[in-house]
Amino acid sequence: MRPLTFRRVFLQCSLLLVILFVVVIVALKFGAVPVSLYALGRDLLRFALGQSSQISTDYGMIIWNIRLPRILLGILVGASLSVAGTSFQALLRNPLADPYVLGVSSGAALGAILALIVEPHLTISPALSVLLTPVGAFLGAAATITAVYFLGRREGQIDSTTLLLGGVITASFLSAIIMFLMNTLSGNLRGLSFWLMGDLSTPLQKNIYWFLGVGFFAAAGAIYTTATDLNLLLAGEKEAMHLGVDVPRVRLVVYIAASLLTGLAVSVSGAIGYVGLIVPHAMRLIFGSDHRVLLPTTALGGAIAVVFADTLARTVVAPSELAVGAVTAVAGAPLFIYLLRRRLT
Amino acid sequence: MSGSSALARNPGEPARVASDFRLSVEQVSYAYSANPAQAPLFTLETTSFQAKPGEIVAILGPNASGKSTLLNLIAGVLAPLSGRILLDGFVTHSLTPRTRAQRIAMVQQESRLLFPARAWEFVLQGRHARGRSLRFESDDDVRIAENALAQVGAAELSDRWMNQISGGEKQRVILARALAQQPLLLLLDEPTLHLDIAAQVGLLDSLRRLAAENRYTVVVVTHELNLAGEYANQVVLMQRGRCLRVGPPASIYQRELLEQVFQTPLSVELKASGRPRVTVLSGA
Repeated sequence: MRPLTFRRVFLQCSLLLVILFVVVIVALKFGAVPVSLYALGRDLLRFALGQSSQISTDYGMIIWNIRLPRILLGILVGASLSVAGTSFQALLRNPLADPYVLGVSSGAALGAILALIVEPHLTISPALSVLLTPVGAFLGAAATITAVYFLGRREGQIDSTTLLLGGVITASFLSAIIMFLMNTLSGNLRGLSFWLMGDLSTPLQKNIYWFLGVGFFAAAGAIYTTATDLNLLLAGEKEAMHLGVDVPRVRLVVYIAASLLTGLAVSVSGAIGYVGLIVPHAMRLIFGSDHRVLLPTTALGGAIAVVFADTLARTVVAPSELAVGAVTAVAGAPLFIYLLRRRLT
Repeated sequence: MSGSSALARNPGEPARVASDFRLSVEQVSYAYSANPAQAPLFTLETTSFQAKPGEIVAILGPNASGKSTLLNLIAGVLAPLSGRILLDGFVTHSLTPRTRAQRIAMVQQESRLLFPARAWEFVLQGRHARGRSLRFESDDDVRIAENALAQVGAAELSDRWMNQISGGEKQRVILARALAQQPLLLLLDEPTLHLDIAAQVGLLDSLRRLAAENRYTVVVVTHELNLAGEYANQVVLMQRGRCLRVGPPASIYQRELLEQVFQTPLSVELKASGRPRVTVLSGA
């Protein structure tokens, strides 16, 4: 017997942190404008020493004002989507569950768009109106996962095929509504492909990063408190109940927190697909399926995956750009098919 | 709603009721309906029995007689419509899921896992209700889990994957997980289903030994008349949601009664051990 220890979780997360750091450096270096590693190192050092004023303005502009915020965003979005995916997989007992596949991302996108539509008609302070989109996205995500959960239930049990079909159909229905709204309402709503495909190129206000960061740690932390409950839920709700899991409470906490994570991610990056599917599977292969280690490693793995995918999206067709959602879909959709086929045999 | 139901659900009632028995099922009934406006699809009529520490109770009856419903009521995951079930004086349904899992362990027919797990990981799950939710397993937990595996003779399975062991081995590991909960009451829902004869006898031998050594009260739902007759101290005979008889096997195993309940011609003889043996007569 070799039970999981805190030490092991810590070491494995440290390893991933190192990898994340390397990927961030790579992401800072590559792009339409090449930056030498030497210049990057020099500037990072100067920044660390508090001598930001000495950083050359060209580099500084590109590194600090364009690439770094985008990388930060990628980290938060990747971590959020992956933790949400892991949680949905455990709660729904379905290894193919993912915020995008289940339509939760589309629900969040629709919620965000509706918030953008009503925003001009509300008289609230600008500081609060910034939060309107994430809140709308959260409500959209929560409503969608509730609907899909009940769609997937048959005779009191979750039927995995019905659940997936219900999710896919819900996603396509919600996407159709999004397209309808985008085509009938013009104005300052961000482009259509952003909500349906997802990308990280939209510049955001500084305080939204704080909001995202705090939201991520609150929601992911809440999910982490149920880590051992999720382990038992893998064997089914009835069995978990007999082993002492307060199933309704865990279900409520995790659905709300996972909806919040999806809503936050989608409100700033649109619907980036399959991250919540690929990353948990990769991490499960490497670290095992115990959620005490799986949740933190998927968060870090998701950050790595999205920053990496976004670097690809920025560079492969430079000086033009791909949507990062296209990169993750190219990698994720075949994996989905593979997992589906393996389950059926 | 009857008066006894209000008693079972009233939060103001003193939680503990003094009793000589470990398990006391008092005038319990239950009704299940898919739609509250419709007549219930299934009802369990008033059922009562008691069991002491170390006793094995077998719940017998044909399909749809209410055996599993009764077991879930005892486990406290269903709320009785009337009456109450006491475990060491506490109403099982009123316990929190955590406390319940510290006192009651349930072994179900099958246990499907979404992702592969090793036997030792599976057995350690039994310690869940004993720890705080974020706690990593202590040395004590590991020792108790190892001991549980040894008690069911499955120590050598510890490092095997759950999806790569035989049905009988799996059933023993599931029983080990229940033992790792260190319960007062051990509930088993058709544990011998899908097992070959040797595995069935092996499982029930270990149950009898464990009940005697650890003073568990064991309640087992089964279709195996002869195994129940051989191992049980008490038999609860059920038919279509009614509890027909409660008593030691020798008094329950009467030819006319069993023939009427199971709708099958059979003969009953008493062995030298005082245990009854049932033989099903075919084509009669």
